[in-house]
Amino acid sequence: MRVMLEGSRAVAEAVRLCRPNLVCAYPITPQTHIVEDLSQMVADGRLDAGYVLAESEFGAASIVLGGSAVGGRAYTATSSQGLLLMAEVIFNIAGLRLPVVMTCANRAVSAPINIWNDQQDAVSIRDSGWIQLFVEDNQEAVDTHIQAFKIAEELMIPVMVCMDGYVLTHTWEPVDLPEQDEVDRFLPLYSPAYRLDPDDPFTMGSMVGPDAYMETRYHVHMDMMEARAVIRRVCEEYSETFGRGGTGVIDTYDTKDADVVLVSMGSVLGTMRDAVDELRDEEGLKVGLIKVRCFRPFPTGAVHDAIKEAQTVGVIEKDISLGLEGTLCSEMRAAFCGEESPEISSFIMGLGGRDITKGDIKQVARDLASNPACRVEFRGLREDLMDGDER
Amino acid sequence: MTPLQDGRIINLMEPGHTGCAGCGQAIGARLVLKAAGPRVIVANATGCLEVYTTTYPRSSWEVPWIHSLFENASAVASGMEVTLKAMGRYEDVRIIAQAGDGGTADIGMGCISGMFERGHDILYVCYDNEGYMNTGYQRSSLTPPGARTTTSPPGPMSWGNKTRKKNVPLIAVAHGVPYVATATPAEPRDLMRKVKKALEIEGPKYLHLLVPCVPGWGIESELSVEIARLAVETYLFPVFEIEDGMITKVKKVKERKPIEEYLRPQKRFAHLFKPGGEPILEELREIAEENSRLQPGPAVLFGRT
Repeated sequence: MRVMLEGSRAVAEAVRLCRPNLVCAYPITPQTHIVEDLSQMVADGRLDAGYVLAESEFGAASIVLGGSAVGGRAYTATSSQGLLLMAEVIFNIAGLRLPVVMTCANRAVSAPINIWNDQQDAVSIRDSGWIQLFVEDNQEAVDTHIQAFKIAEELMIPVMVCMDGYVLTHTWEPVDLPEQDEVDRFLPLYSPAYRLDPDDPFTMGSMVGPDAYMETRYHVHMDMMEARAVIRRVCEEYSETFGRGGTGVIDTYDTKDADVVLVSMGSVLGTMRDAVDELRDEEGLKVGLIKVRCFRPFPTGAVHDAIKEAQTVGVIEKDISLGLEGTLCSEMRAAFCGEESPEISSFIMGLGGRDITKGDIKQVARDLASNPACRVEFRGLREDLMDGDER
Repeated sequence: MTPLQDGRIINLMEPGHTGCAGCGQAIGARLVLKAAGPRVIVANATGCLEVYTTTYPRSSWEVPWIHSLFENASAVASGMEVTLKAMGRYEDVRIIAQAGDGGTADIGMGCISGMFERGHDILYVCYDNEGYMNTGYQRSSLTPPGARTTTSPPGPMSWGNKTRKKNVPLIAVAHGVPYVATATPAEPRDLMRKVKKALEIEGPKYLHLLVPCVPGWGIESELSVEIARLAVETYLFPVFEIEDGMITKVKKVKERKPIEEYLRPQKRFAHLFKPGGEPILEELREIAEENSRLQPGPAVLFGRT
């Protein structure tokens, strides 16, 4: 059914279609509309789930952990400071192999406090053992949430669906919502291999010493590495059923003959596609584009193959590992592991809600075409706030 | 309630764990499980109890049991309760969340407040050994005045811990928790009765157990039960029940003991018996005196909090 919905509402509808047993969250901008919409669904009797209003994001993450441990399908949503407050539980959920699904409405991290969009929150938690999928638009948000439960439950690895705050969460777009019976066929009821049950007592969360800790981390890592294939397969299955949503771990756009390849995650990709089209049509620049949809596990092989022929690569990202460069840029470089690689540059843009315009993107591509050398640059800084800083 | 398995009586918290000889918490936890029976799911905080009962690949637990983190046992339990109810699998199952005094009164307070306020049907058990004993005897907000811990050491400028115990039972009462009680392993039947009673009441329940720590308190291992008894008989640990905000039962001591009988066998209080320690002893006597005046009636009127 094609309807006009706000991004948050579209996510709430998708979550409802997945029949969660437990929804729990704590309000934080810009995640709030998602949990408000889910609350209304419970109040209206449209969603038959346990719904807990937690005392903090830390509590919310712990509550979904408990719900998942007794065998329930559990969902939460957060943003920014909320995700960081959850951090201890985030790692714990992954280590306990509980297939929780979470929406992260991406937002900048304090200080200074800023409620607008960038991706520093999710990127900062990349090593926790969660699968992280970044979506480009609200349709992809709907499709990815439905896929997320299937991926999580098959692998017993939690999944975080990352969508840009405001840009997606607060934007109305037409979306195609699947029918309940279609979703039910795609996503059967969750029946975990293990759960806390008095009929079959089970100890979960033991103290593990130097004799076995490393092996538990090894197993999670190896399953994360295999997750890339599962994500691709689930996307294919989804696409066969619903006729869309088959992106997998990365998407490429005009990369085949490209000298300059731009890379990014999330909602800016739509603008980037337009920029690529115009650069090709109007300026004759051979520019291509890679969308990294799956940030963890990192699609090393797919990324490697997509950019290996390029002369230079510009990673446009809304996060920075302070003291190094954009994190996605580092991951792209690591994909070559000593091999000869294209020049890969880091462009830090759009932090704290600053717009990234089509003009900004085209200028990055032009600059890379004229000077392909590897560098780290902030783009779009205000001159009047630079205080004569010439570095 | 203790089930038979292969003709053998099993404890729901099995022996063979690595707890210290005489550990008051191990006795307390075994009694809690014995009273609760096999149809429970336990959410356990980080701490000694978690470490010594589940060192991989062994487990002492004959009931489904989960440890997540230090400060979230009450939140994990909340999620379990709501989910089991939503899935229609709750009928004959009960949920226990348990933690030490640090996991309860300090780092876990936020999640506990959430669990109380939302009214989850959970029994929360605090095993109070008056400090962070698992990490080497540091001070918590339930460490009593004058006690030596590794972070409240006595010295020329200090007589040990400076503060009184946080009144967690009253915090529970202030949340409208319908059943709040205290007990010690020195009176196992009383402890077990309170667990059973709590599990029959719908809503959040708070049970506060004083559990002597052999190395942390500096006592002989065979004395831990006796020390718990002396805590009660000196009125330094009041034993009571509060139902719907009313103190309904207070343990009256038949033969009240001077506080020195409780303090002297414990190395953590040894410095109080040196010259100059009298004012701290006097403060402890005052606390005992206040506790001895507890009687049935509205719970808001007891303690200094």
